[in-house]
Amino acid sequence: MSELHDLSLKALSLAIQNKVVSAREASEHFLTRAKAHATLKHALNPLQCEENQTSQSNSCGAFVSFNEEFTLHLANQSDQRIAKGQARPLEGVPIAHKDIFVTQNFPTTAGSKMLEAYCSPFDATVVTQLQQAGMVNLGKLNCDEFAMGSSNENSAWGPVKNPWDNTRVAGGSSGGSAAAVALRLCPAATGTDTGGSIRQPASFCGITGIKPSYGRASRYGMIAYASSLDQAGPMAQSAEDCALLLSAMCGPDLDRDSTSLDVPKEDFSRHLNESIEGLRIGIPKEFFSDGLHPDVRSCIDLALNEFKTLGVKLVPIELPKTELSIPVYYILAPAEASSNLSRFDGVKFGFRAKDYKDLDDLYRKTRTQGFGEEVKKRIMIGTYVLSHGYYDAYYLQAQKIRRMISNDFQEAFKTCDVIAGPVTPQVAWKIGEQINDPVANYLADIFTLPASLAGLPAMSMPCGFGASSMPVGLQMIGNYLQESKLLNVAHQFQLSTDWHTKTLRGAK
Amino acid sequence: MSTPLIHGYEVVIGFETHTQLTTQSKIFSRASTSFGAQANTQACPVDLALPGTLPVMNRQAVERAIEFGLAVGGHVSALSVFARKNYFYPDLPKGYQISQFETPVVQGGEVEFFLGEEKKVVRLVRAHLEEDAGKSLHEDFVDQSGIDLNRAGTPLLEIVTEPDMRSSAEAVAYAKELHKIVTWIGICDGNMQEGSFRCDANVSIRRAGAPLGTRREIKNLNSFKFMQQAIDFEILWQIEQLEEGRPIIQSTVLFNPDTGETKAMRTKEDSADYRYFPDPDLPALKIEQSWVDEVRSKMAELPRAMAARFVKDYGIPEYDAITLTQTQAMSNYFELVAKESGQAKMASNWVMGELSRRLNAAHLGFEACPLNALTLAALLSRISDATLSNNAAKTVLEALWAQPLEGLTPLSLVDRVIDQKGLKQINDTKALEQIVDTVLSANADQIEQIKAGKDKAFNALVGQVMKATEGKANPKDVSELMRSKIAAL
Repeated sequence: MSELHDLSLKALSLAIQNKVVSAREASEHFLTRAKAHATLKHALNPLQCEENQTSQSNSCGAFVSFNEEFTLHLANQSDQRIAKGQARPLEGVPIAHKDIFVTQNFPTTAGSKMLEAYCSPFDATVVTQLQQAGMVNLGKLNCDEFAMGSSNENSAWGPVKNPWDNTRVAGGSSGGSAAAVALRLCPAATGTDTGGSIRQPASFCGITGIKPSYGRASRYGMIAYASSLDQAGPMAQSAEDCALLLSAMCGPDLDRDSTSLDVPKEDFSRHLNESIEGLRIGIPKEFFSDGLHPDVRSCIDLALNEFKTLGVKLVPIELPKTELSIPVYYILAPAEASSNLSRFDGVKFGFRAKDYKDLDDLYRKTRTQGFGEEVKKRIMIGTYVLSHGYYDAYYLQAQKIRRMISNDFQEAFKTCDVIAGPVTPQVAWKIGEQINDPVANYLADIFTLPASLAGLPAMSMPCGFGASSMPVGLQMIGNYLQESKLLNVAHQFQLSTDWHTKTLRGAK
Repeated sequence: MSTPLIHGYEVVIGFETHTQLTTQSKIFSRASTSFGAQANTQACPVDLALPGTLPVMNRQAVERAIEFGLAVGGHVSALSVFARKNYFYPDLPKGYQISQFETPVVQGGEVEFFLGEEKKVVRLVRAHLEEDAGKSLHEDFVDQSGIDLNRAGTPLLEIVTEPDMRSSAEAVAYAKELHKIVTWIGICDGNMQEGSFRCDANVSIRRAGAPLGTRREIKNLNSFKFMQQAIDFEILWQIEQLEEGRPIIQSTVLFNPDTGETKAMRTKEDSADYRYFPDPDLPALKIEQSWVDEVRSKMAELPRAMAARFVKDYGIPEYDAITLTQTQAMSNYFELVAKESGQAKMASNWVMGELSRRLNAAHLGFEACPLNALTLAALLSRISDATLSNNAAKTVLEALWAQPLEGLTPLSLVDRVIDQKGLKQINDTKALEQIVDTVLSANADQIEQIKAGKDKAFNALVGQVMKATEGKANPKDVSELMRSKIAAL
């Protein structure tokens, strides 16, 4: 048997259920690995602080908090269930959660000083569902502050370094999740995707991640960035593992989330092994414009050729509003964010500035000191576009174009079954490289935004290595509620390629 | 229809009324809405706006809104939208209030009422659902303010009128009628002290025929008395301003009951930009026709319809019918008495008169009336069959007040009291004749006066007979008997 942490989630799950390894052993093994990669700044957990002193230089900064006692308690429970023959589908398998999901047994910070010492009195529905599937919560993962960013440099707890090159970004906003899975610090992680926050870091770190259709996974307990776009999803080594996780995570939560879809729970693994011969993959010409770096392009072309050998038909399609998705997204998401983040005012919970003169001063100082630069920038953009006199020109106009983008996809799906293309125009950039160039940062989201705006399921899976031997991801977009189709196509690709199994050791 | 002018000015008033809906739980969470609990004990994570929480619409609140729409003949929107009204305040936990902005749940409708003899109609613009904020408590703390979030998320229906009212009296009459409607259909408990029914009055004045003047909004009028005082003060204040050449500045004002004055809180210039936009956490509210029909089928008969039916079915005057339909309890009480006794007009007189007087004195409503409606019906039947005089019946009612039936039928209970009190009317003409003769023979002087046309003397003699019978005689019988005897003398 290869090392425990190299096992796929599916293989590890079988090993635990067959008592080859105990849930407790698995948790201890991953905890040891994870603790070496805690964030540098976050000082909530004294144990973690102390360890940071010794392992600072090698840490990628993926984990923000642990609760070892609680983790091992869950693992012990899993072992007892297995002993009694009462194992649940993912019994005893460790998972770590993006720090945007609220948890009772771990602090929840959303990567922000604003929530530095915040503990939620309840668990997010997604966290509960995965725990009810038997999974063991290993800890919380670093992310861009309130999920705003695409490099994980906007976290109050420091950036997440890319495991393939620690001078590069891990991507964002679910950068901690992507790095942790890539480094095999945990077999699976949750992420959230508003404009690409699962797919882009998955691509940058060489792992597989899927964002389901909007409304599939409950948003209850997921700290809101842009409510009409936010969607949770799994990040793991393969499409097969993602399918198992997604089956546990999704399902109606109508009593808690009004945007939750009233569609029954689904087994997303059921079509994995079906042949994809004759399948039509749509290739949007707008995704292959001049902005796409040649190294990324050649990886994507290779992947598409691989599909051809599997009997897939490549169909040229058009998504004419692709470019507009950037301004549309950067109006709508900040508009919603500016309102969603109003509750962080220093009155009820979280950070409150010291030395304020009156109520207005309390608000101003708390929000000035508590939020990071990117968050403040988006709050200001959002406030502006919702203001009297600007609303029609920006917000309403953006909503109209959003509907057109959706319609473009429906038009495209008349001639193809899934859509494929790059996740990002380039591989992971250097830490600090784009920090002063917000426009370049926003432009890099061009290929992930359209599916988000349309609420469609979309995923990223590894398809090669580009410039500086950094991973490249292939994006696939499915029609509404077609996650199992998407995962089927990805799994078939992963059966005939080995990009997703290339670990860091293999690559270096 | 003439418009009353004050010093040559026409008054224009529009209303915005916040009615707290009678739901068990809050509009977007499952926390309780009951009043008076210890601060912050009825606020769940959703009400506290804890990170990760989301609103879920309470169907009961929507049903209350549909009921209101049907009651005022408004249009219930098939699709209405919840919007966020963004502003910062410590008692607003999310930093925005969820309300309805562009597409409210109820559109149009009207409220009809009588102002004296004149029938008035106030048109409604809309009624929309929204959540209440919490309360800031400034009094119990030094250099600090307390926040009680128990009220945060309580469902409100805000009812907005056209500027159709032309006097404070009309405004108060409208508010009373609206209060009657919402309590009648049971969507609001109407408790003004507890803030369940809060009115804001938009007041402006203009020269007759001129365009609308600048309005000032008097906030939070929580009694009908203050409403009248506040509007009257505001009208005179505005007239004074204009007369002295000062413009009215659009503003929000508060009424101080201690001074009887209105005073500006803030002007339009420093009012906030609320940045309304559709709440992405809540899909558009869909109300299918079948839902409206279902709500309609469960709704009680409305006061106007019921009053018309009373006039038609029971032959009582319209004035009586309108008075009797002030509350559902009163109208139900009347109808039961009228049906049981078969004496609708008598029932109406007693319910509006003696019974209302007693209940008012005891600060009780008809729903808590100590006298069973069936017992009153039995009492009335004893008046109509001439067992009791009207006066004697009042004495019996006194004894019956809060008297349990103790296994008796209402009629036998009434009869028992009549016997105990010895109030049975003297219907024996011979016995009555004897008493009349005795009185007449003892009052020869008076008889002379009566013959000279002095009615006062006649009434005095009737009184003497009544006294001699201990009120058991029928005064009408006594009068008739006495007139014929005197005429025969």
